[in-house]
Amino acid sequence: MARLKNNYNESLWARLKSWYRLGSTAIDDKMQRNLSESVQETQRSEEEHAAWAQWQEARSDEALETERKLQSQVHTWSSTRVSSALRVLYSLFAVAACLMIIFMLLSAVSEMPPFGLADNPVNNEVSRRYIEDGLEETGAVNIVGGMILDYRAFDTLGESHVLFVAVCAVMLLLKINLDKNGRPTKEKLDAEADDRRYEPHHDVILQKISNVIVPSIILFGIYVVLNGHLSAGGGFSGGAIIGSGLILYVNAYGLTNASKHRIFSYKTFKGITFTALAFYGLAKGYSFFTGANHLPSGIPIGHPGDILSAGLILPLNIAVGAIVAWTMLSFYTLFRKGDF
Amino acid sequence: MSDFWRNIPFFCIMLSICSAAFTSVMPRKIARGFCLTVITAIIVMSALLVSRMYGTRESYTFMMGHFPAPWGNEIRVGRLEALTALVFSIIMALSVLGGLMRIEEHVFEDKQPLYYVMIELLMAALLAEVYTNDLFTAYVFVEIMTLTACSLIMARSKGRTIVAATRYMIWNLMGSGLFLLGLTFLYGMTGHLLMSHIREQVDLIAAAGTYPRALTITIALMCVGLAIKSGLFPFHTWLPDCYGYSTPTSSAILSSLVSKGYIFLIVKIIYRVIGMETVAASGVTNVFFAMGLSGIIMGSVSAIREKDIRRMISFSSVAQIGYVFMGIGMASEAGMVASLFHVYVHGISKSMLFLAGNGLIEASSDSKLFRDLRGSGRRNPIAGLAFTVGSFSLVGIPFLGGFVSKVYFAKAAMSLNTAPMLSVLIVLAISAVLNTVYFIKTVITIYRVPMPEDPVHEPVKHRLGLENAALICLICVNFALGVMSQPVVEGIRAGLNMFA
Repeated sequence: MARLKNNYNESLWARLKSWYRLGSTAIDDKMQRNLSESVQETQRSEEEHAAWAQWQEARSDEALETERKLQSQVHTWSSTRVSSALRVLYSLFAVAACLMIIFMLLSAVSEMPPFGLADNPVNNEVSRRYIEDGLEETGAVNIVGGMILDYRAFDTLGESHVLFVAVCAVMLLLKINLDKNGRPTKEKLDAEADDRRYEPHHDVILQKISNVIVPSIILFGIYVVLNGHLSAGGGFSGGAIIGSGLILYVNAYGLTNASKHRIFSYKTFKGITFTALAFYGLAKGYSFFTGANHLPSGIPIGHPGDILSAGLILPLNIAVGAIVAWTMLSFYTLFRKGDF
Repeated sequence: MSDFWRNIPFFCIMLSICSAAFTSVMPRKIARGFCLTVITAIIVMSALLVSRMYGTRESYTFMMGHFPAPWGNEIRVGRLEALTALVFSIIMALSVLGGLMRIEEHVFEDKQPLYYVMIELLMAALLAEVYTNDLFTAYVFVEIMTLTACSLIMARSKGRTIVAATRYMIWNLMGSGLFLLGLTFLYGMTGHLLMSHIREQVDLIAAAGTYPRALTITIALMCVGLAIKSGLFPFHTWLPDCYGYSTPTSSAILSSLVSKGYIFLIVKIIYRVIGMETVAASGVTNVFFAMGLSGIIMGSVSAIREKDIRRMISFSSVAQIGYVFMGIGMASEAGMVASLFHVYVHGISKSMLFLAGNGLIEASSDSKLFRDLRGSGRRNPIAGLAFTVGSFSLVGIPFLGGFVSKVYFAKAAMSLNTAPMLSVLIVLAISAVLNTVYFIKTVITIYRVPMPEDPVHEPVKHRLGLENAALICLICVNFALGVMSQPVVEGIRAGLNMFA
């Protein structure tokens, strides 16, 4: 009894109670302290310090007060009976609508031709020509590569621009700007601080393993891209492999270290995306133009099975691979701290 | 070489797609000039194409690549497609021009090139959607349109635009998903993606009755998916925030081009993919008819209740989209012609209203509330004039585009049965009154003599002449559509005949 009283804070009951009330335990507290200390002390330059202090002052009590009032208003409203009744009604409607859509789709599917029968409508002259004449007409051993980059190249041109639009949209939303004088803004400093806080600094296991794995991942990705017209793979899958290799490297060594390499800089990203897309667009534009006007394109198909064959498919695969890889990398870095 | 003009649609699409990559690496001012040059070039080429297409009665197809149609991709050009591309590119150019100053103000300096990238890709997607003869190509460019439209909303980084963009994304992805499901079902039943081949198979299926439920559900999925994306009445909840808070150019483009691109795709699906008889037999047109009628009333009522001018214009879009779907729902050629003409009229009037509204807001210390807008038409005369013309057009005053489309709607209603005809006429009458209430109220407000107790507003400084020029161009186009509607209507009718 006496022991319990002496160490009340350490006792099981007290820890349970504090966990239940505050959601934290002693270990959590310790971790919290460590994290907050590392932010305060690690490399924040004097300029950053001054700017930080300014913003702390500028944050007035008035704004905080308004925010608190607003929150309590929302809280009172959300606990009234009307709102809870509305919420129940809303969920009921949502469930009913979902069930209706599920029923509709199932009843449609039950009527459709069963999957994989030989006399299905999808097994018609279209797929027959892809399979039987694909090798001869496009020079690509991989029929899928020939289909997406030669037969239906216009769709794939659109699809790679979907990726480009996605990157641009994420940059428009998340990229943090410098202010008008070219100095970092508050968001920028916050993001840098956050990144420093959560960045793995010295994870030796991850670093050693990624030393071995990253080169092989990237090499394999390059192989998948370059062999896209010969075997399963191509720009989209190979680019995704390369991109994941780059992300693993950034994860192991941290963005601060990685950004010293030129390959991870914003300039490289811009240059590679621009070159790949511009080449893609111009090459396909030329190919569409000659095809539609029945002009000779002058692009040799080569001997099927060689690495240098299948006309434009190999260079286009490389372009697509570069776009996909750097799209993935830029998503990672932009979502992480809003910049490269 | 005499057939070289047949390459024009291809050049338009490739020019706008390829320019996007180049714009992304340009500095701000060059990007702006480049974007405007590209759109102007597209206008010139489309005008050439329209003049060619008025001289011929035949549509033609154009191979995108070395392989003919069911294997490769293909685009198809008729009179309606050429006309629509011309109208869309004109609206695009004038919307960008009319909101240039606000883009500078609302979008971060480093991000402005990205904004122009989005505009070019949106233009490419619109053109591809107008010209494509392949359903899957249409889907790919629907994706591009969704993403670019969403970025146009959130380019002005404010809390409300981010929320609006999120809501837009959720609704629109649901629309895309339904469309894609319908597309997959259709492919499973017909084995084709090319529009004309699907049509042949669908006619066989409908005649034989092989998949009665699946066919109906497929049509419903595709049409409802696109209707969600164009903001038809019960699915319009994303619309007022998106149009009301983004930068004026984005609002103008979203309301007059993006939703119209989806509507054009619906028309294409009804005429070229499924066939009017099959769609009418499935009952989807009746649903569109009912939703359109209720949208007209509900949109106007919501617009009357607004205190914010931008949101009022947005709700009026809901009503106008209702008109378009009412015409589609009539399931007749006359109704379709009226709808397509209204697509043009509404596109031009709505972009003009958004841009003029912005001019009025600028003249009232950036307040969007009616009580601050009193007398703003006097402080910014050209914006006031443009707003008045746009309002009159949508209310349906003669000599303006909106009058003509209402006449054609009423004419189209005459060929219906008694009950639908009466409901169309009654709704047209009620909506004319409601439109008058909110539009004329606004016009009176902006021309009211300022009272001594009204706040004093700073006169507008450093306005670009370009913005006023854009507004004046839009006024002229609106008058032209109202006075010389005949060639346009004939073009639409002939184009619809070329569709089949």
